[in-house]
Amino acid sequence: MSAKKLNLKDKYRLLTRDLDWEYSYVDRKKAFPYEEFEGIKITDWSKWEDPFRLTMDAYWKYQAEKEKKLYAIFDAFAQNNGHLNVTDARYVNAIKIFLTGVSPLEYQAYQGYAHVGRQFGGAGARVACQMQSIDELRHVQTQIHAMSHYNKYFDGFQDWTHMHDRVWYLSVPKSFFDDARSAGPFEFLIAISFSFEYVLTNLLFVPFMSGAAHNGDMATCTFGFSAQSDEARHMTLGLEIIKFLLEQHEDNVPIVQKWIDKWFWRGTRLLSIVAMMMDYMLPNKVMSWKEAWEVYFEEAGGALFKDLARYGIRMPKFVEVTEKEKEHVSHQAWWIFYNYGHAAGFHTWIPSDEELDWLSEKYPDTFDKYYRPRWELAKKMEAEGKRFYSQALPQLCTTCQIPMGFTKMDDPTQIAYRSSDYEGEKYHFCSDGCKHIFDEEPEKYVQSWLPVHQIYQGNCGGASVEEVLRDYYKLNLGADNLDIKGSPDEQRWKEWKGVA
Amino acid sequence: MSVRAITPDYKVQARDRVENFHGNQIVYVAWDRHLMFCAPFAYALPPTMTFAELRDQVMPEAFGLHEEFSKINWEKATWLLDNQPFTPDLNQSLHAQGVGHKSVLRFQTPELTGFQGKAV
Amino acid sequence: MSKVYIALQDNDESRYIIEAIEQDNPDATVIHHPAMIRIENENSLVVKRETVEEKMGRDWDVQELHLNLITLGGNVDEDDDQLSLSWNV
Repeated sequence: MSAKKLNLKDKYRLLTRDLDWEYSYVDRKKAFPYEEFEGIKITDWSKWEDPFRLTMDAYWKYQAEKEKKLYAIFDAFAQNNGHLNVTDARYVNAIKIFLTGVSPLEYQAYQGYAHVGRQFGGAGARVACQMQSIDELRHVQTQIHAMSHYNKYFDGFQDWTHMHDRVWYLSVPKSFFDDARSAGPFEFLIAISFSFEYVLTNLLFVPFMSGAAHNGDMATCTFGFSAQSDEARHMTLGLEIIKFLLEQHEDNVPIVQKWIDKWFWRGTRLLSIVAMMMDYMLPNKVMSWKEAWEVYFEEAGGALFKDLARYGIRMPKFVEVTEKEKEHVSHQAWWIFYNYGHAAGFHTWIPSDEELDWLSEKYPDTFDKYYRPRWELAKKMEAEGKRFYSQALPQLCTTCQIPMGFTKMDDPTQIAYRSSDYEGEKYHFCSDGCKHIFDEEPEKYVQSWLPVHQIYQGNCGGASVEEVLRDYYKLNLGADNLDIKGSPDEQRWKEWKGVA
Repeated sequence: MSVRAITPDYKVQARDRVENFHGNQIVYVAWDRHLMFCAPFAYALPPTMTFAELRDQVMPEAFGLHEEFSKINWEKATWLLDNQPFTPDLNQSLHAQGVGHKSVLRFQTPELTGFQGKAV
Repeated sequence: MSKVYIALQDNDESRYIIEAIEQDNPDATVIHHPAMIRIENENSLVVKRETVEEKMGRDWDVQELHLNLITLGGNVDEDDDQLSLSWNV
């Protein structure tokens, strides 16, 4: 007699319920020491449900298929000299930011989920975290493989893990994940699974990857969408986690809300780098950052928060600020990098006249008024042979670690200054959101490893900025940094394309 | 508010205490409504430095890239120190006139309106 | 009213899946972007195994959807016969 084939629900139940066991000789609290200190109350782990009901056998089967498809495309991309098919050598700089800024976060996510997966008392949560941990490891591996092709032909790809740990602007993504991983396991899930994966990563992986396709970068588009097929699962998990926590105990609601407020703001600040990648670094445009924000946050996030209202969850704090910021952040962020292009591991440039017009069209209320004049100045100075780079280090926000380049949203010609005093020290912030996060947990952010202060403390080698860049960051000066104009990247590109 | 930590009485020292800067203190300086410079500048300066030394020897290297910098009439420029109106004493040290570690100094030059009059 | 959505890679398999979704959700809107197709609908959307199998002319496991899935929005429920997305409004 052959056994009856199990359906999806039965298989999932067997995996996540019947694999668990009772603790007969170990105190459960000692086995899961991180489960209570955040104040989250779990009354019944068996209520945890993965709506996809993915079991390990199915997981391996479909992940293997995804990998086969993906690597077939990488092979084709390399065999066809895919790097020659991208729209422009400028485009590749967005991929440099991706490899140094985003791929290491995938690795952090892999470690983070492996850690928290161990800490949960429920088998369903453990299985979900295990799968996500393996997914994230797959993402970092596929990204390295995809981008290794570019490393053969362009500068700035050679030392990305080293750069991630040290280079000033990469402390923005690095500190974001360090913050999440040094939190308790439930906050980590709200930070990464919910706020980041559900609410915000679409903005990175969907319009930007569609943009990669639109710029002839088949490899990036493919790893992006392949990773995103896992993200769709992670997002779904993020939503289930939040519903699970809110349904377990009413005391969880204010704690979860506080984390949503914090991680939404942390995420929007991190994404200001993606905003500039979309508006300034893709030669062929798909949609503006503002449009992407409207579709993937305002519309999709709006629907989500309406759905969560029944639990007493409201929209994240400072969401009204982002409604104004979507008109400004990409321009302010790219200007920061244009100012400090000598200290970046990728190239910067002035947008072409057509691109300036596109920006005017997409940002009719702000671009001509506030940002075109900056580029007119840059053009004038460049034409005079004086392409300028800022000659002193910038002040950084203590929380997000981005240079204090964001303006007041109601007065966009004035930098926004916020500060707090804590135990006799002054701390500075770019926004109410970053100040609020500090004020909630000052013990955490007084430890911020702010690259500018670290240089001044003598912890980054050399006495001069040049020595820091060359010896401590390991940038190949004159090749990795500075304007795209006159760079070896540009030179090679012109030779390949047969233009003088 | 304070952090919820698994370690009882979680306490750490601030990473950017003044004693970590080898005798210097950090001072941030910004020229309001001149956004050619994307952000305020951060300087590590001896607290004994006079205001004149800061203004005339330290600041010109970075701020001097702006074509209006040489046109500033310092008699008319106004200052904010940590968000409060401030009249610098050129001959006194930073420390003596309350410019402390991680203070923010901002100056305004209303007659100079930036590139194209657009606060750039 | 809130919209649920699903986005799939633009490829041969997805074309059949999208045909099936259009048939089972006549009010859904299909939007083409470079390399991806996004389908959105007010409040709910369903992908039915039976319809996809009919379009493809072969057996199709609902979990195969993961191979071409890019993103989705809404509460998910999946079993052997369908995947559904919905908002509780």
